[in-house]
Amino acid sequence: MAAIELSGVKKTYPGGIEVIHGLDLAIADGEMVVLVGPSGCGKSTLLRMIAGLETITDGTISIGGAVVNRREPAERDVAMVFQNYALYPHMTVRGNLEYGLRNRGTPRAEIDARVEAAARTLEIAPFLDRKPRQLSGGQRQRVAMGRAIVRQPKAFLFDEPLSNLDAKLRGQMRIEIRRLQRALGTTSVYVTHDQLEAMTLADRLVVMNGGHIEQVGKPTELYDRPASLFVAGFIGSPPMNLIDIETLRALTGAAFPPSLPVGTDIVGIRPDAIMMGPAGGGDISISGVVELIEPVGGESHLYVRVAGLDQAMVIVAQGRSVLSETGRLDFSLPVAALHPFSRATGKRLR
Amino acid sequence: MQTKRTIFPNRWLPYGLLAPQLAITLVFFIWPALQAVKSSFEREDPFGFKTTFIWFGNYAKLLADPLYLNSLWRTLIFAVLVTAIAMGVSLILAVAVNRLLRSGRVYTTLLVWPYAVAPVVAGILWWFMFNPSIGILSYLLGQLGVTWNHRVNADQAMILIVLAASWKQISYNFLFFVAGLQSVPASLSEAAAIDGAGPFKRFWTIVVPLLSPTTFFLLIVNINYAMFDTFGVIDATTSGGPAQSTNILVYKVYADGFLGLNIGSSAAQSVLLMLIVIILIVVQFRFVERRVQY
Amino acid sequence: MVENRPWLNVLTHLVLVVGVIVIAFPVYLAVIASTHDEGAFLRGVVPLLPGPHLLDNYGQMLSQGMSTSGAPPLTLMLANSLVMAIAIAVAKIAISIISAYAIVYFRFPLRTLAFWTIFITLMLPVEVRIIPTFKVVADLGLLNSYAGLTIPLIASATATFLFRQFFLTVPDELMEAARVDGAGPMKFFRDILLPLSRTNMAALFVILFIYGWMQYLWPLLVTTDTKFYTVVMGIKRMAAVADADPQWNLVMAAVVLAMLPPVLIVVFMQRLFVKGLVETEK
Repeated sequence: MAAIELSGVKKTYPGGIEVIHGLDLAIADGEMVVLVGPSGCGKSTLLRMIAGLETITDGTISIGGAVVNRREPAERDVAMVFQNYALYPHMTVRGNLEYGLRNRGTPRAEIDARVEAAARTLEIAPFLDRKPRQLSGGQRQRVAMGRAIVRQPKAFLFDEPLSNLDAKLRGQMRIEIRRLQRALGTTSVYVTHDQLEAMTLADRLVVMNGGHIEQVGKPTELYDRPASLFVAGFIGSPPMNLIDIETLRALTGAAFPPSLPVGTDIVGIRPDAIMMGPAGGGDISISGVVELIEPVGGESHLYVRVAGLDQAMVIVAQGRSVLSETGRLDFSLPVAALHPFSRATGKRLR
Repeated sequence: MQTKRTIFPNRWLPYGLLAPQLAITLVFFIWPALQAVKSSFEREDPFGFKTTFIWFGNYAKLLADPLYLNSLWRTLIFAVLVTAIAMGVSLILAVAVNRLLRSGRVYTTLLVWPYAVAPVVAGILWWFMFNPSIGILSYLLGQLGVTWNHRVNADQAMILIVLAASWKQISYNFLFFVAGLQSVPASLSEAAAIDGAGPFKRFWTIVVPLLSPTTFFLLIVNINYAMFDTFGVIDATTSGGPAQSTNILVYKVYADGFLGLNIGSSAAQSVLLMLIVIILIVVQFRFVERRVQY
Repeated sequence: MVENRPWLNVLTHLVLVVGVIVIAFPVYLAVIASTHDEGAFLRGVVPLLPGPHLLDNYGQMLSQGMSTSGAPPLTLMLANSLVMAIAIAVAKIAISIISAYAIVYFRFPLRTLAFWTIFITLMLPVEVRIIPTFKVVADLGLLNSYAGLTIPLIASATATFLFRQFFLTVPDELMEAARVDGAGPMKFFRDILLPLSRTNMAALFVILFIYGWMQYLWPLLVTTDTKFYTVVMGIKRMAAVADADPQWNLVMAAVVLAMLPPVLIVVFMQRLFVKGLVETEK
């Protein structure tokens, strides 16, 4: 087990396209860090640079205190779980689990013990003598996990390991990965584009965009205080409502709450922070027409068209909505729940 | 050109891996080809003491030589006939097999094995059947009043090599036509049937157009086969005769160079043949470009 | 089948039966001829039904050969053909799979040039460079040797392309997983890539064995010593003699023996054969 440190890491592809622009990140020993962002943001490239599958153009990556820039993947002592699992199709499950250990010259008895233990933990013992193609998607995923844990590496690297599974299985495996990582206490870096997966798995979440880190923090911190418009829009589902402050002023005709910092161009509000009914005590009242209601079980998502706004606002209402579509709705934005942003920098103010 | 997303970093290993293939290619392919190009511009004196550089002299002489032009013409006739017969017969057989379910496989087995018969052996088999003194086919033709003797009759010699060469190539074409036909979705034929097209109409309006990539590919392969792979057929049956009537280009290169020892002319013929192969390959790869990316 | 028209089904079978007969007839005649004695060919037309001399003819050809033709016994020629076909097939596969591996899994200066150099061999069939190639082989002292029979024929663009196409379909992650698991390039090749290529190698072996067995012009050029005659070129010599001194029964026995090994391979390994044929032409 080991801490991982990235400092000033850059990646330029042959042809001069820079995809990672000087990035710093410190991952503590035993920590589970999730890299999340839209496709093309550089999260997979970064993971593969840590693994040693991509060269590092500039900066340093160290694992357990040693700079590994020039080391082969195998010499970095990390294990990786791939999106398509990358199981060796001609080897049995046992063969897949053993391969990395045999290459390292681990003694036979030790190999058997470790495979045995991993198979028990992951409940794949009955399949040890089967070939990967005889297994279901979920079973293959477990084997891929098993191949990582038998190695007892310094770190686990996960490259979207659940995205080939159906929704139900994905939920189960997510919990299992979390449990396993906690139990083993192995430093882990996990890449995903699924923000629910990101929120639930991470000790710390790293939101990436265009080769930069937008924000690093605990999932709840990112949710409560997104540092930029990008993070605000990316974390949370349904996403935060973002409203131009001039439009809001024109809409409500109100003088603006002095509590917002100077220079606020855009305010954001989470759909679940919006209150139903007219406002009291200094909050902002708005009314609009309900366009669409999505009942999602315990709560409902209301899409409300407000005159003057380009986009419908989303409101999460607890319980079943009694409103009818096309009905008018009065609601209010609590001033304390507003997130102020600057348009020019895209950053949060305050 | 494509590689893997990640590659091994070794600097010298790939050269080592390529070395055997490249060494053989350079020594036995590229170097001799360059030698052929060089000799095609030279004239060797009869005793082999002196070579003179004569620019396009060999080519000029060749293209003015009625024997060479005759060989070109004979090659053309031969290639067209072999291609037409081998492709026509195999298409009919492939369509028939494609109509059947289980028994199709048995017929396939019975039809594909001539692929494994060497051209020279194919030549001997047909030469035996058409042998003027004891051949069964020449005997039957005699009964019909046709005197068969391919040793003196130029047209009969041509027919003999065309039949032998086509016979061997049918199995190859057949396999590719069957594969092509099987890739035509059954739903299209069914849709056409619902639209009221009978079996023959369906064949011409649905199957033939969709089969055209296979047909085009086979066209090139068959021309290539007829021009270059039939050396054995000729050598076993007619040896280019009678009176040069079956002396196709690839046989003439051999006869002039190896038996006649006319190095300059043979080299010029080789270079012209190379140009023909290059054209055929380029046409073939332009066509498959969409399937294969280099 | 969209509909069932009885006359069309009858026509289908009729076409195929005629096709099979036409295809098989020349070989049938050869087999029949190889079961008679010399006398059967003196009456002016070949016999159409089997005779009693099958064992005599084949026995004589295998053990002694045809004395008048100067060719050695068929057993030797068959063995030469076998050596040549297997050597060519194995060597072609071996050097092609490693060159494809270099081209797909490494990036190095002159990679594209190497690829095109291999590609060029497609444009240079032996028939068009006979004399200079013969000279090279003669200068290297390889005339009348197994090396001379095989080595000049083992460069293969088609086999290289086949393996290259196949390697490109192998998921990138497999190689990455192997590297993380501590496998270097040769270990990855041996442990992962080679086992995955088994079917392709087998299919290619079938095609290349047939290719090697059928070689005619090349053995004709480089062998003058009867010890190195292959069966395909040997029977041509016998046939040429038989034209003057007809021993058709013996020539046809040799023809049948020369055809048999590759034909049996096609018949009994039809699935691999078809795969190999279709894949190499892609």
